[in-house]
Amino acid sequence: MTEPLLRVRDLKTYFVTEQGSGTARAVDGVSFEVHPGETLGIVGESGCGKTVTSLSILRLIPEPPGHIRPGSFIEFEGRNLLTLAPRELRAIRGNQIAMVFQEPMTSLNPVFTAGDQIGEAAVVHQGLSRKAARRRAIDMLRLVGIPDPEERVDHYPHQLSGGMRQRVMIAMALICHPKLLIADEPTTALDVTIQAQILELLDRLQADLGMAVMLITHDLGVVAGSADRVIVMYAGQVVEQAPTVELFARPLHPYSEGLMASVPRIDAPPRQRHGRLHTIPGQVPAATAWPPGCRFHPRCPYAWDRCRQEEPPLLDAGTGEPGTHTVRCWLLTEPRRRTPRP
Amino acid sequence: MTAALVQVEGLVKHFRVERGLFRLGRSRRVVRAVDGVSFAIPAGRTLGLVGESGCGKSTVARSTLRLIEPDAGSVTIDGTDILAAGPRQLRALRRRMQIVFQDPYGSLNPRMTVRQTLAEPLAIHRLARGAEAERRIAALLEEVGLDPAFAKAYPHELSGGQRQRVGIARALSVEPEFVVLDEAVSALDVSVQAQVLNLLTDLQQRRRLTYLFIAHDLAVVKYIADQVAVMYLGRIVEQAPAAALYQAPRHPYTRSLLSAIPAPNPNAARQRIVLPGDVPSPVAPPPGCHFHPRCPHPKKNDRCRVEAPRLREVAPAHFAACHFAEEPM
Repeated sequence: MTEPLLRVRDLKTYFVTEQGSGTARAVDGVSFEVHPGETLGIVGESGCGKTVTSLSILRLIPEPPGHIRPGSFIEFEGRNLLTLAPRELRAIRGNQIAMVFQEPMTSLNPVFTAGDQIGEAAVVHQGLSRKAARRRAIDMLRLVGIPDPEERVDHYPHQLSGGMRQRVMIAMALICHPKLLIADEPTTALDVTIQAQILELLDRLQADLGMAVMLITHDLGVVAGSADRVIVMYAGQVVEQAPTVELFARPLHPYSEGLMASVPRIDAPPRQRHGRLHTIPGQVPAATAWPPGCRFHPRCPYAWDRCRQEEPPLLDAGTGEPGTHTVRCWLLTEPRRRTPRP
Repeated sequence: MTAALVQVEGLVKHFRVERGLFRLGRSRRVVRAVDGVSFAIPAGRTLGLVGESGCGKSTVARSTLRLIEPDAGSVTIDGTDILAAGPRQLRALRRRMQIVFQDPYGSLNPRMTVRQTLAEPLAIHRLARGAEAERRIAALLEEVGLDPAFAKAYPHELSGGQRQRVGIARALSVEPEFVVLDEAVSALDVSVQAQVLNLLTDLQQRRRLTYLFIAHDLAVVKYIADQVAVMYLGRIVEQAPAAALYQAPRHPYTRSLLSAIPAPNPNAARQRIVLPGDVPSPVAPPPGCHFHPRCPHPKKNDRCRVEAPRLREVAPAHFAACHFAEEPM
C-alpha cells in the first residue's frame, strides 16, 4: 500500500451559533485517507458535514464563527496543514491542492476575464509572466474542451454558459497540476447532458494528470460511476467507508441502506401504479443537538437499547484487509438483529 | 380511458427582449420560450414534462394556469376555456387548479404563520372562516403529514421538506382537481424527496388529483408519471406512456438524456451518449430540426438541417419529432 497523500484524523470543526443556541458540531471526529491517483467519493445529505470537511482541509472555514478543534489533524504529504504558517499554506492551496465549487455562477469573479482567472494561479505559484500565463490559460481551455480557446480566453463569465463556466473553474483548478483536486458538487447545478460532459472530462483529466480526486456529492449515481472508494457521512460523522462496488452491493449501515433504497432509479423496472418509494422516517437532527448514542438511532428501523445509549465506533466489516470496509453500527456485533421491527 | 380533464392545444409564448443599454438599441429579439405545445391529461393521471434548463417547461406550467398570458393556443379544464375566461370566471377556475413551486424557501411568505398561509386561500374563495377554517387547517396539515401544532410556526422554523408539505397543503386547501407541480421535489434531499413523492402519490389516489409534474430529473418522473413529454427548445420532441418512453425512447435527444443519467450502480455498463455543445439560445434556434447540431443519430442528413420534423405517431400512442425515429441508433 502506498503512503496516503492526505490523512485526516479526528477532524472536529465547530461553529458557534448566533442566537446562543449552542455549538453546532458540523464535523465531529472525521478520519479518512486519500491515496495518490484515486477518487474518493464523499456522500451525504444537506447538513451532514461533507462541505465543511472539504473547506477545513483548505482552511477556508471563516473564524469566527467556526473553528477547528485542537486535536484535529490534517496531513498532506507528511505536513500538518493545521499548523502551517499562512504563507506556507498559500504555497499549497491552489497549487498542490485545488478546489472546484458547486456554483460556477458565483465562484467566478464577474469583472475579470476567464483567462485572467485561469492564469492567476500560475502567476502566483509559478511566477509566470502575464503573457505566459495567458498562453497557459489558452492551453488549459483547450484541455477542458472549450471550443475557440483563443477567443474564449478574453470572455467574461457572463458570456459563458453554465457548462463552460464549470469548465473554466476546472481549468483554473488544474493549471498548476495539483496532486489533489477537491470537487464539491461539481455537477449539481448543471443539466444532465452537461453533467455527463463534465464527469467525462474529470475522468479523462484524472487519468492524464494522475491526480487524486475528492468528489463530494449528494448524488449516488455520480459516485457509483466515478469513485474508487466511498465515505458516507451522517450527522458530522463517517458512518460507512468501503470500496464503491462493495458499498453498492452490500451497504451495511442502516443509513446507507435507506439512502440507496430511497433514490428513484432510472434503471428500475417500470413503476407499479401508486407504487411507493422506500423512505427514511423523520429528518436529520440539528447540528447543535445530535442525539445521544448512535446519531442515527431515532430514524433507524433496527435500533435497540444499546443504540440509544452507547455511540458505536467504526467497526470492521471483515471483508478484505482490515480497514477496507468500516461501519459505525452496533449491528456488526449482533447481525441477527438486522430484521426490521414490525 | 377517461376523458381528458386538462387539454392544451397549440400553446405559444414568446418573450420580446429589448436589446441594448436602456433599450436605446430598439432592435427587438424574440425568445420562443414555448412554440406550439399540445397535450392532454386524463382525470386522475400524471403527465411528466421533462427537459433541461431553458427548454420552456416552466413557461408551459405558468401559461397553462394563465399566470402569464400565452400568445396563442387554448387551454381547457373540464371543457371550460381558461384563456377565454373573464376575470370573475377565471377566479372561480383558479380554485380548481393550483400550483406547487420548486423553492420551499421563496414561495412561502416569511411573515405569515402556517395558519395564515393556509387560511388565506380559504378566505379568498369564501370556503371557510373561523372555527371551520381552523378545523380544515388542522385536517390539511394532518393530510400532508405534519402535526397540527405546526399551524403556529413561521416558515423559518421549518425544514425544507416541511415547507414543501405546507406548500402542498396550501395548494390542496381549495380542493383543486388539477395541480401543477413545478420542480416540486427538486430542491429536497433524497430521503425527504422520497417522503414527498410518496405523499403526492397518496394524495392523488385519495383525492383523484390530476398532475402536471414538471422536472428535470427523469428518474423522479419515471416513478410518478403515467405519460411523459420531453421538451427541447420550446417544443415537445417526444411523448409516450412512461413505460414505452423509458424502455424504447425514439427521439435521439431522449435517448441521450436517458443515457446521461448516472445510475446508482457501479457495475452498470457505461454507454453514455455524451452530447456535444450546449443547448442553443432560444433567441436563435437552429433551422430545421432544433436538435440537429447536437444530434448523435447516424442517419442525420441535410433534411434535418432544413425541414423541422413534425411530432408524429411512431408507435401506438408514442409520438416523436424525428425524421429517423424508426431507425436504430
